[in-house]
Amino acid sequence: MNLDAIIEALPSYVSGVGVTLQLLVVALLLGLVIALPLGVARASDKPWLSKPVWAYTYVIRGTPMLVQLFLIYYGLAQFEFVRESALWPLFSQAWFCAVLTFTLNTAGYTAEIIAGAIRATPYGEVEAARSLGMPRWKVLTRILLPSAMRRALPAYSNEVIFMLHGTSLASVVTVIDLTGAAREMNSRSYLPFEAFLTAAVFYLAMTFSLVAMFHFAEKRWLGHLAPRKSAPLIATSVPI
Amino acid sequence: MLHGFLPALLEGTLTTLSVALASLAIAVVLGLVGAAAKLSPIPFVRGVAMAYTTIVRGVPDLVLMLLIFFGGQIAVNAMAAKLGFEGYVDIDPYVAGVATIGFIFGAYLTETFRGALISIHAGQREAGLAFGMSRAQVFRRITLPQMIRFAIPGFTNNWLVLVKSTAIVSVIGLTDMMHSAGMAAGTTREPFTFYLAAGVIYLVITSVSMLGLGALERRVSVGLRRAV
Amino acid sequence: MKVSMRNLCLPVILLAVFVSVASVNADAQTKKLRLGVEGAYPPFSELGPDGKLKGWEIDIANALCKEMKADCTLVQLSFDGMIPALQSRKIDAVIASMSITEERKRAVDFSDRYYKTPARFVVKNGVKLDISAAGLKGKRIGVQRATIYDRFLADQFKDVQVVRYGKQDEVYLDLASGRIDAALQDVVAAQEGFLKTPQGKNFGFTGPSYEDPKYFGEGAGAALRKGDTALREDFNRAIAAIRANGVYKKIQDAYFNFDIYGAAPVAPAAASTTAPAKK
Repeated sequence: MNLDAIIEALPSYVSGVGVTLQLLVVALLLGLVIALPLGVARASDKPWLSKPVWAYTYVIRGTPMLVQLFLIYYGLAQFEFVRESALWPLFSQAWFCAVLTFTLNTAGYTAEIIAGAIRATPYGEVEAARSLGMPRWKVLTRILLPSAMRRALPAYSNEVIFMLHGTSLASVVTVIDLTGAAREMNSRSYLPFEAFLTAAVFYLAMTFSLVAMFHFAEKRWLGHLAPRKSAPLIATSVPI
Repeated sequence: MLHGFLPALLEGTLTTLSVALASLAIAVVLGLVGAAAKLSPIPFVRGVAMAYTTIVRGVPDLVLMLLIFFGGQIAVNAMAAKLGFEGYVDIDPYVAGVATIGFIFGAYLTETFRGALISIHAGQREAGLAFGMSRAQVFRRITLPQMIRFAIPGFTNNWLVLVKSTAIVSVIGLTDMMHSAGMAAGTTREPFTFYLAAGVIYLVITSVSMLGLGALERRVSVGLRRAV
Repeated sequence: MKVSMRNLCLPVILLAVFVSVASVNADAQTKKLRLGVEGAYPPFSELGPDGKLKGWEIDIANALCKEMKADCTLVQLSFDGMIPALQSRKIDAVIASMSITEERKRAVDFSDRYYKTPARFVVKNGVKLDISAAGLKGKRIGVQRATIYDRFLADQFKDVQVVRYGKQDEVYLDLASGRIDAALQDVVAAQEGFLKTPQGKNFGFTGPSYEDPKYFGEGAGAALRKGDTALREDFNRAIAAIRANGVYKKIQDAYFNFDIYGAAPVAPAAASTTAPAKK
């Protein structure tokens, strides 16, 4: 294990981590903002609300993010009218194309997760709310959404991790994120182990932090569902 | 329209499907074992499962694949040398790809199955045990059927992601569909056409999957009253 | 844990399964060779519509194998994965327009060269680009990752923004759409792979022809594992043989109308569609 080469390349790795986190946070935040109304619409029983969202998530979930990225980055640039439009200064930047792709992608997946969680709400909760005379929107914000967000936690934690890994695709379209830094080191030094193991360690550190965050969140909001510790079978103190 | 590249694309599709299904088999087994381990009352077992899911979920598929492919090759060579083999033992890119993806998605399925298991009201299990059913019987008759119902949305997500993750096998020399599409796009300078074609093919695979899994979800949710 | 028949069974069974799933490869008699090729570098190596590899370099590789009486399999890999694949024994030789440089010689051995062409910048016609450290400051120049052009730019033009791509085709795509100001690559590859195509008609060469062996090496050769002298001698014999018996010339004439072995075409002959950008 060539530690010198790793130490020499560390600054580029750190800078890569910065880019990765940037991509991740922006995509997740924007994606969640878009996904909330989409998820509610998707879980609705009105077809004019749920069908369009269904079509969107269908396409997003049905195609690899790499294809979506290539379509946005290389595919759009193929067309003259895109290159001459007012939006070209944005689309010409790889970073923008990457964030756009990631945002659209996570919005699709998260909308489905939220919709699934809403649909899994125990009927009793809604029945109780309605019997108290709550109007529909209040039922949505006070009962359904909080309940659904809790239920969605394990699945959403998956999605956040997927997104973190997904950002590594940005390196394929010239963005120098963490994976990009590893690939540069690999191509300079021909040391794939050192290059990718270092990147793996950084990704692990980031993931560990995220997992800890979700662990804490689950403890707080899903604690009532943790495995039961068995009670002692024999009384440990006998009253005299 | 596709400039004659259709045969290459279709051949790549077969490779993609084959890798995906083989990986899924491995992943489901690992997922069930992992979920059971994570919910075990024994801390050591929980710890091992947590290490597995954390490490696998902590590193991008691309990085893992390169490490397992090149590292596994060298490890097997070293082992073979120690055992006195001449020449070198070759790890097929197909085997490496399937093993890696199966290993990776076993961890994700662990989380999905775990989430499904904890969604089942504990009282169900308690009632089963109170009736004198053995733990295996409770699992088979009470837990598993309900777990399937809760796991399906997450499982569907995981399956779809798995199919698309097979694209990374092109890195280790396997000509899957993404690889074919990329080559065609480069040669003809029409990336939009070919990536759109690849997207359509993936959508077809997805549709079939979603139809199948959707039917399964409806079947196991019979009689379930929806809140919304 | 007792070492008994039962305890040994499982590891032995696992090993047997593993070995039977993998395949044991021995050297010598049948001389099976696995050659790494890229398939994304026209006109040297590309994928045809039927999904089969074709190109000048592919033909040369097949000719060399025939000369060496070897049973060759062409394995398609990305360029930046070639040397690692060679070192981990996935392939036995690299035939991917890999230039023989001192830096690479530290990691691998090379056969004699089988062709040599210089490098030049490509820009949009009419764009004035001052090819100097000062003139290129802040400009975005596209190169393929891990190539000599990548290395050259990084060393010689420190203020340039080097944008790296996995495939040369991707460089051309972004050059055509204007995401990069210029690209640096092999003259012949650029000519055949881009400038002669409809997308490249508004582009041309600019700046000097680069041939400095320090960066651009002594030409392209087959990369081999360090110490694999037997195979290296075989390749060298084969290269000399096909040059002597006319097979090399036959393949060359099918693709180019100039000598690709040692001459350096500064302005490619019979190029009617491009005019090099004025300096």
